[in-house]
Amino acid sequence: MQDFAAEISDAMLLILQGDAELWAIVLLSLRVSLLAVLVSAVIGMPLGAALAVGRFPGRRAVIVLLNALMGLPPVVVGLLVYLMLSRSGPLGVLELLYTPTAMIIAQVVLVSPIIAALTRQVVEMLAEEYSEQLRSLGVSRLASVPVLLWDARLALITALLAGFGRAIAEVGAVIIVGGNINHVTRVMTTTIALETSKGNLALALALGVILIGIAVAVNALVSALSLRAEQEGLTHA
Amino acid sequence: MIGTWIRAGAVALGLAAGTAQAEESFIVVQSTTSTQNSGLLDYILPGFEAETGIDVRVVAVGTGQAIKNAMNGDGDVLLVHAKQAEEKFVAEGWGVERFDVMYNDFVLVGPRSDPAKVKGGTDIVAALTAISDTRAPFVSRGDNSGTHKAELRHWKEAGIDVADASGNWYRETGSGMGATLNVASGMDAYALTDRATWLAFGNKGKLNILVEGDPKLFNQYGVILVNPDKHPGVRVAAAQRFIDWLLSEEGQAAIASFKLDGEQLFFPNAQ
Repeated sequence: MQDFAAEISDAMLLILQGDAELWAIVLLSLRVSLLAVLVSAVIGMPLGAALAVGRFPGRRAVIVLLNALMGLPPVVVGLLVYLMLSRSGPLGVLELLYTPTAMIIAQVVLVSPIIAALTRQVVEMLAEEYSEQLRSLGVSRLASVPVLLWDARLALITALLAGFGRAIAEVGAVIIVGGNINHVTRVMTTTIALETSKGNLALALALGVILIGIAVAVNALVSALSLRAEQEGLTHA
Repeated sequence: MIGTWIRAGAVALGLAAGTAQAEESFIVVQSTTSTQNSGLLDYILPGFEAETGIDVRVVAVGTGQAIKNAMNGDGDVLLVHAKQAEEKFVAEGWGVERFDVMYNDFVLVGPRSDPAKVKGGTDIVAALTAISDTRAPFVSRGDNSGTHKAELRHWKEAGIDVADASGNWYRETGSGMGATLNVASGMDAYALTDRATWLAFGNKGKLNILVEGDPKLFNQYGVILVNPDKHPGVRVAAAQRFIDWLLSEEGQAAIASFKLDGEQLFFPNAQ
């Protein structure tokens, strides 16, 4: 345990002293996961909202499927994306394997269903609440999607954070499609996996603590921003 | 049409993620965990990169997976340690030619208590027979890696069918050398490991080297250029430069000068 405390303080010191190597790994983690969440939001939110207000045969089944996809195993997603991006795969000509872009793609596959499913739930509740109003204004179901998404924006931040949590913590997919290449595709989680396999357990754990710290920081930032937005909303109302 | 869109999207993503690359400024090397976990590649690559401006991107996985990835064209160079599998790789046309690069050796590690009483032995087959007789826990890679293949050869020579004992005293982790050593350390079990990974390993616990020095424990590493006839995307010029460098006096000297705690881990033997 003594070992562990020393490693934590060493790792913290590296961060505070601006150790270029460690910072690059941290920043790559953030860049990959934040971009993955952004792309997932663009895909998942309209999809989830459309599913919330749309009425079509098989809708229930689609919702069940979407909810199930929230639990996609990262290793399986990594393998699928690898098979697509491999030089022998259908998208091999793009030369994307072992790049941060490949990691973003894999995380988008993992995160989109989470954002879509949570959006569906939030918007469906809101749509019920607003149904009278929307009908009296003569707004069609699909046309109401942007309005509903806008009004649900604060609740949807939770969906984004859930997606971010999944992305930043995930290792199974990015290690396959990224290859854990030093200075290119090595992120926090793959570094932790590597140090564990070297038997440097204390250092691995220390990096884990830093990873948790980053997740807390991002959550706190978003929470502060949304609180401010909420208060401004109230004063404008 | 769809392809164009995918390409445009991918390019946009790539730009956003800052991955735009100049042609042939890097190569991808499919290699094994032992060369990376021991620190060898981190030690020798900066010299080559500074000299040539070619960035060497190493994907470190088990030899079995490295060969598979290279067959898919997902690498320009293969640097692994399973001679038979490497020769098959070349014979089937996946690789251009195989060259010896360096060697080290495997060692049998086990707990200080040594229930099978193999300590100090120099005969790996006798040691494995003793472990099997006493049903002492043994942890195997179980991942079709170079080390795993070597281990299976020794069991076969001892006439022991480990498949029967799987899940009993014989445990297959299905993961890398380091992860397997972590398991062995956690359950005070025996394991076969390459010496380089062992020396660099930080979680030895109660484990020690018990058997070493058997000529059968020789561990040869080879390097192969992935065949551009199979995969036109192979960065031939840069990859060939890297192979030439590894086999050159300079590259061989770099390998020999890599030491951990004063001990040399890899012995260059290019022809």
